[in-house]
Amino acid sequence: MILEMKNIEKRFDGLEVLKDISFGVDHGEVVSIIGPSGSGKSTLLRCATFLETIDGGEIIYMGEKAAHTDANGSAVYASPHEMKKFRKYCGLVFQQFNLFPHYSILKNITDAPIHVQGVSKAEAEENAMALLRKMGIEDKANAYPYQLSGGQQQRVAIARAMAMKPEILFFDEPTSALDPELTGEVLKVIRQLAEEKMTMVVVTHEMPFAKAVSNRVLFMDGGVIVEQGDPRDVFDNPQEERTKQFLRVFER
Amino acid sequence: MTFSTMLSTMASGMWKTFLIFSLTLIGSLPLGMVVALLRRSRLAVVSGFIKGYISIMRGTPLMLQLLVWYFGPFYLFGWNIANWRFPAIILGFVLNYAAYFAEIYRGGIESIPVGQYEAAEVLGYTKTQTFMKIILPQVIKIIMPSVTNEVITLVKDTSLAFTLAYAEVFSLAKQISASQSSFMPFLIAGVFYFVANYLVEIAMARIEKSMDYYK
Repeated sequence: MILEMKNIEKRFDGLEVLKDISFGVDHGEVVSIIGPSGSGKSTLLRCATFLETIDGGEIIYMGEKAAHTDANGSAVYASPHEMKKFRKYCGLVFQQFNLFPHYSILKNITDAPIHVQGVSKAEAEENAMALLRKMGIEDKANAYPYQLSGGQQQRVAIARAMAMKPEILFFDEPTSALDPELTGEVLKVIRQLAEEKMTMVVVTHEMPFAKAVSNRVLFMDGGVIVEQGDPRDVFDNPQEERTKQFLRVFER
Repeated sequence: MTFSTMLSTMASGMWKTFLIFSLTLIGSLPLGMVVALLRRSRLAVVSGFIKGYISIMRGTPLMLQLLVWYFGPFYLFGWNIANWRFPAIILGFVLNYAAYFAEIYRGGIESIPVGQYEAAEVLGYTKTQTFMKIILPQVIKIIMPSVTNEVITLVKDTSLAFTLAYAEVFSLAKQISASQSSFMPFLIAGVFYFVANYLVEIAMARIEKSMDYYK
């Protein structure tokens, strides 16, 4: 298991956003998380990537506890030093890309490996160019984010996350801010990563994509996992009424 | 008094004006950043104190503040203020301008999308790296027009040192005008301030242009 999340609880001002959520991700697995907005999907991702702190439960990366609940019932995180290691395990691609506008595309990808991980500049740039080639935008290395289309920007964001060599890559609605015609090029890149057995968790509204690419689908609603399983089962033969209701909307 | 004697007499004042101007910027531009960061402190005592400081600096005339800094030590503690004139002027200007710059910086810092911080956090940047490498450069670009405004105001505000009888351009102009019954010193002073600000505009436009490479 690369990641295990056990009995995760998260509240915002007393409002329960995640209620006793448990799931795990195996090496090379692609997990899609679907569900209506406000169901807690993004919060779950933000807890897994440590952008939010959990109120209860356990987060285990590579068999090591990053967070657990102590005897008093409150969540305790590993020491700041250890957290650096856990952060290194996971990468996150945002809905809004969040590229650094004042850095060139190349610097967006190389700066963190150089200044956070201590990789040499030459090695970081070589690695970045390889990633840009893979994303089909090597000619944009010296451009700035504002000069790129949304689809290209998101591919840079994926390259930036990949450059840190994470064990697992999270995507928070990676195509929701894109025009339909730009969505395809981003999904193609994610599909390519899936073929290379990159471990990924994707929060998405792209049902055909989730069905085609993922090994497992989680349907979330109201802060709980309502249903999960093989994408063919969940999409074609959902067991829960709430799942059926949600998927019907996409069939139009 | 000929025009050229007038001009050369006033030249020493121009230098003094330049001193106030440059020392104020050197002190207040960085101090403003410290104030802006303390203003955002989670400790209510700290942020409350800073809020009060900014409020007083902006809420009272700079002229009055200069008088307080200069005469305060004498009236409050009975100190000898013979050599205190110039330090008092610089202290007054720096503390006043730092408050204005702090609010400009704060506005800039708060306008950076939270996604920038989150992206930096996920990539493992430390808090200091995030601020220095990711946030600050973007803040500087955003606040440049407001800073330019403030710097131009400072050029003109230096004339307030006249209140403490410091012989900068404006004080000298008034003095010479009175002694020579001539309007010329005021014209010279006016041209001086205008040219100074024209140079400020050119310099600031260059700096802004140097940050034009991204949006």
